[in-house]
Amino acid sequence: MQKAKTLIWVVVLMFCVSLASCTQGAEVPATEEPAAEEASGEPVTIEWWHISTAEDHKALWQEMADEFMADNPNVTINITVLENEAFKTKLTTVMQSGEPPDIFQSWGGGVMNEYAEAGLLQDITPALDADGGAWRETFSPGPLSVYAYQGKNYGVPWDMGMVGFWYNKQLFADAGIDAPPQTWAELLEDVQALKDSGVIPIALGEGDKWPGHYYWTYLATRIGGQDAFNAASSCSGSFTDEPFVEAGVKLQELIDLEPFQDGYLGATYGDEATLVGDGKAAMELMGQWAPAVEKDNSASGEGLGDNLGFFLFPAVEGGSGELTDAMGGGNGFGIGRDAPPEAIEFVKFLTSKENQIALAEINVGLPVVKGSEEGVSDPNLLMVQEARDKAVYFQLYYDQYLAPATGEVIKDAVQGLFASTLTPEDVAQQLQDSHVAESCQ
Amino acid sequence: MSAISGHEDTVGLQRKRGLSRRNQDRLTIVLFLLPAFIFIFTFQIYPMIRSVYYSLYEWSGFGPLTDYVGLANFERLFTGREFWDAVWHTALIMIWSLALQLPLALLLALLVERDLPGRGFFRSIFFMPYVLSEVIIGQVWIKMFKPDPQFGFINAVLEWFGNLPVIPQIETQAWLADPKQALACAFVALTWQFFGLHMLLYIAGLQNVPRELEEAARIDGANELQTIWNITLPLLGNAIRTSVYLSLLGSVQVFGVIWVMARGGPIGATETMSTYMYRSAFLKFSLGYGSAVAVVILVISLILSTVYQRVVGQHDYIGGI
Repeated sequence: MQKAKTLIWVVVLMFCVSLASCTQGAEVPATEEPAAEEASGEPVTIEWWHISTAEDHKALWQEMADEFMADNPNVTINITVLENEAFKTKLTTVMQSGEPPDIFQSWGGGVMNEYAEAGLLQDITPALDADGGAWRETFSPGPLSVYAYQGKNYGVPWDMGMVGFWYNKQLFADAGIDAPPQTWAELLEDVQALKDSGVIPIALGEGDKWPGHYYWTYLATRIGGQDAFNAASSCSGSFTDEPFVEAGVKLQELIDLEPFQDGYLGATYGDEATLVGDGKAAMELMGQWAPAVEKDNSASGEGLGDNLGFFLFPAVEGGSGELTDAMGGGNGFGIGRDAPPEAIEFVKFLTSKENQIALAEINVGLPVVKGSEEGVSDPNLLMVQEARDKAVYFQLYYDQYLAPATGEVIKDAVQGLFASTLTPEDVAQQLQDSHVAESCQ
Repeated sequence: MSAISGHEDTVGLQRKRGLSRRNQDRLTIVLFLLPAFIFIFTFQIYPMIRSVYYSLYEWSGFGPLTDYVGLANFERLFTGREFWDAVWHTALIMIWSLALQLPLALLLALLVERDLPGRGFFRSIFFMPYVLSEVIIGQVWIKMFKPDPQFGFINAVLEWFGNLPVIPQIETQAWLADPKQALACAFVALTWQFFGLHMLLYIAGLQNVPRELEEAARIDGANELQTIWNITLPLLGNAIRTSVYLSLLGSVQVFGVIWVMARGGPIGATETMSTYMYRSAFLKFSLGYGSAVAVVILVISLILSTVYQRVVGQHDYIGGI
């Protein structure tokens, strides 16, 4: 009996310990610079959440924050660095409790619109238009508009690029491929050739779902072009129209070749970047951040270096989309409802020409402020930048552009296509059903 | 406290406020219960009531509640396939827990209760996973199940054995990445997490089994298995009923480990009721619908709990520990 009691106490004690370990360390701000003695204004604290986990990038953001704090002794900037998926979860939670961070990572589009509609974001249009639009003038108008909803800006971009294939030149050459594919049919041939040469043709982290939905979205863009998407998204057409079914059919042709690594359905984007960065997989379909993440995830810490190449998503035979049409997006700063004026000053500072050039120089993004193009030196990123600027029809990622629920549905449905549990018709139908329910009233 | 003060005081108080002794006792009880009640009401009852309220609205979770839809969320839930898939996966976890996890825990409890060398060591080791946080458990098992043999321990072992000529080969598997295997993989992690707790319950129960009875059985010529089957197990009834109860309710609520390991995927293969609730409320921004799922989970838990208590008798499960 006595022994049993002791055991119960042990259980209770252990339970308390585990509880304590859960509550501690939940939120440790990255910086806590003490405000200087000779503070000029009222002490202000700015909460900044970003997802730039790559070492160089994280350090650069920190440097910029330190510099701003040194110049403005009354300002304290608390940086919270979160991994992409964890960030999305955590941001939703604080948004629902009505306490957004002052500055946070944003991709614009449907998710941002939802926050804006609920009054959780700050309209920074006045700041952009102050002094005759001095701040607004510094941005390229396209990227800036991604962070606008009903004519008001709730954030600003710091990076804008596009999705394309990042490939290993050496592995392509070893497989006897002398030039990157121009058409979907050529891509399928090259995949087969790579497979025969014994490497993984394509790395894919489909456990995260968003990497796979790039394939479907890009195929739809190439096949249907701007007209098909505009019709479907404005509810005058439908996502069950032929181009969107055809996108699934074409993707299935690729899936049938089994070009991905073993277990790709459960893999994360991190796994995907590691495979390419370590030279085990020949290519991945990814945005402008791919080289930085590959480098960071590779065993050597160097990535592929000069061996890494970039080519545009191939044209689809008979498709009405142009090869210059681009699908992609970028990163920006969303501004929380209660952000102090200093936070906007800080964002201005972060998006200054000098800081945009500094960002471009470490190859972690493509700057959006006019005149900062000179910071881009990497030949691949230059290619991305050129293609981005040439695009007449620029399609933001579907999962960000469409309503959040629809964004989840398209990602889930495409995963079903990869797992062969859904047909191309099913995918199109599920997307349409959700789109009608969410956005066509 | 006035209850501690002398008899005369109490009488005085009684006259002054017209409280009978019984009422005063009641007041004392209420006062003692109040802190716990406030805590439970604020963090459990109140949120439950709010969930019921939210479940009647179409609401993204941001801004004011305006879109009253009545029972439409429940209708969507019961007519859609996704929720029933989640219920099925939860039921599978429940069945596997009762059929595999508890017998394993019982077996280990019987073993570490014997006078075997190192039993104290194993008792602690077996209980350790239960103390770890769910995120750590999920992360550990992700690493065990990685499909690439270079990173995944289990596949590395399979590959190593595959290179030996004698042993029949088992091919490396995709594990969590294979929709057919993912739920079973998650269950392995759940078993690892919880068997220690159940083992502990059984050990506590075993200490209440009088040694004399087992010895008497042995003297009468019963072998080890017969002793366990006819003496030990029946006397362990209370502990077994408790652990079945905890296991049933735990299965309904299982979330953390599965979410960390597979986030309900691939293609919904590990979607349980709780992950489905979370996905609806927080990823699809439909807090109203998610609340409807939460209400259904609550009702299922209540039914399970009441029926179980009625069937096995309330005194049994309380006396179990």
